[in-house]
Amino acid sequence: MEVFLQTLVAGILKGGLYALIGLGMTLIMGVMGIINLAHGQLMMVAMYVTFVLFHYLGIDPYTSLLISMPSLFLLGVLIQKYLLNPLMKVESILPENQVLMTVGIGMVLTEIARFIFTSNYLSVKTSYSSAAIFVGGISFSVALTIAFIFACTLTGILFWFLIKTDLGRSIRAVSQDGEAAQLMGINAERIKVVTMGIGSALVAAAGTLLLPIYYLFPDIGGPFTRRAFVITILGGLGSTVGAIFGGLTLGLAEAFSSTYMGMEFEDMIGLVIFVLVLLFLPGGLKSLTKV
Amino acid sequence: MKRSFGTLLLLAVLLVFPWVLKDAYYQHLMILVLMWVAIGSGWNLISGYTGQVLFGAASFFGIGAYTAALLLHKLEISAWWGLPLGGVAAVLLAFPFGWICFRLRGPYFALATLALNEILRNIATVWESLTEGMVGLLVMQTFVSKIPYYYIALGLAVLSIVLVDVVMKSRWGYYFVSIREDQDAAESLGIDTRYFKMVSLCLSALLIGLAGGLYTNYMGFIDPKVVFSLHDISIMAILVGIVGGVGTVYGPAIGAFIMVAVQEVFRTGGFGLLPALGKTTGWPFMTTLSKYVSEAHVLSFGILVIAVILYLPNGIVGDWSSIRRALIFWRRKAA
Repeated sequence: MEVFLQTLVAGILKGGLYALIGLGMTLIMGVMGIINLAHGQLMMVAMYVTFVLFHYLGIDPYTSLLISMPSLFLLGVLIQKYLLNPLMKVESILPENQVLMTVGIGMVLTEIARFIFTSNYLSVKTSYSSAAIFVGGISFSVALTIAFIFACTLTGILFWFLIKTDLGRSIRAVSQDGEAAQLMGINAERIKVVTMGIGSALVAAAGTLLLPIYYLFPDIGGPFTRRAFVITILGGLGSTVGAIFGGLTLGLAEAFSSTYMGMEFEDMIGLVIFVLVLLFLPGGLKSLTKV
Repeated sequence: MKRSFGTLLLLAVLLVFPWVLKDAYYQHLMILVLMWVAIGSGWNLISGYTGQVLFGAASFFGIGAYTAALLLHKLEISAWWGLPLGGVAAVLLAFPFGWICFRLRGPYFALATLALNEILRNIATVWESLTEGMVGLLVMQTFVSKIPYYYIALGLAVLSIVLVDVVMKSRWGYYFVSIREDQDAAESLGIDTRYFKMVSLCLSALLIGLAGGLYTNYMGFIDPKVVFSLHDISIMAILVGIVGGVGTVYGPAIGAFIMVAVQEVFRTGGFGLLPALGKTTGWPFMTTLSKYVSEAHVLSFGILVIAVILYLPNGIVGDWSSIRRALIFWRRKAA
């Protein structure tokens, strides 16, 4: 029973971070209609930013959120503005050009990171990295709990932004119907640029929060892109609420499979979920709730 | 008539190639080019013509390669049987995959193929009792000389080009293109889109699987990281298709030639030019540069993906008219 509860706690805490990753992906998905396959790589960049700040300037990872999020916002904006938006005007036979473009961007980011930092594993060791608090015999990793709280706060802020502000409403409008939104006087191209920035900033937050308890190397982006993609499919494409539940489900599934089946299945369970969702619930969790 | 003459001439040149250029290194490169012609044609059939972009060509390639190697290791049948059976195995994989995943459209299908690629690589890594995991499988090469391999690869390349040409000139070809252009319209005209997407996927898988079987026999060693590689097989296949020309018969051939050359230039530091320069001049700068260049081959792929999509979205064959116009314009300006 204790093992079960411990796994449950670990899964939920991790799921909170996954939700943050999935939220960025699903926002981009909703507004642009494409899956951003450079998502995990953007997270990797944020992790390196955090690492550099910690290693050379001694800035605590949680403080460096204030730097990593804006810098990734900028990177996302630049990518959208100079690489993805011009693609709309290119005439080609294949409509999947944009997805392919994000794959290319991901490769470039990974290889540039490899050039600068080599393939060595890096980590950020803080005083709280391996600390834990015990509540009724169940251990809560301090770093993971703080990350979970941050993730919940950021998700809350995001929802407030999407529901209450003008810009947020414009984003939702473009995501519901791009052409109609344009007719209402919304500059869809600018909304796309902003959305890409916000999505990148969210995944940057996830990367920075994860770094104290994780390790870092250039290829780390791939697995996280895959997770983000599974979360988005699981939650229903373009659904923000779905992404939160998708993230929690994936976090729990990974925790339980690595406890009860073995560590090597942790990476595979996401893909199994992906296939099962496609087979039995093609619309994702979104189709169950009709939200 | 003029066109078929050119094709015959090219075929003749390819037939005498290994007897003229006896350097094993160039023969090796040509074998790779011919193998990539087959993979590129397979990719082009499902993606370029039928419009269902395949992000996971490596799954079929890897299945073909593992079939050949496992036939030898588990059943002690010559790995050469793996060449045809690799193609069959790839089709057997394509069948259920297509049945499940053709309910997805556009980018989602592309992502499903990507997921298939990752699933298979994980299985091949984890299932050590069957595949030896990351250790890989060794198959002794049958021939010392490269020439037999060259002719087998040439046969495969010719087969794939002819297959694509014949299919695309038949009734099926029109069905494929109509699915790419507008699936709903095709459906309303009474084309069983799911069935024909399946036919297209199976033909692609056959070609890519055959190439996988050839790879095992020729290279003599496979492991999950090599044959299920996302960058070196799946992305490379897309690049071969796009650089050459999406939806053209000869596009993949040109794309294969260019991409193998690009890969080799980066791997060897400009065909050994940079290391040689470093040695003769003795500048440490050149040595570091050549080291960086040889490490940059994945980076070069990434930059190529971005550049090609932005500036040459339909490939060299597909955009030939606009390239020629640009070249003529440039020449006039120079004169």
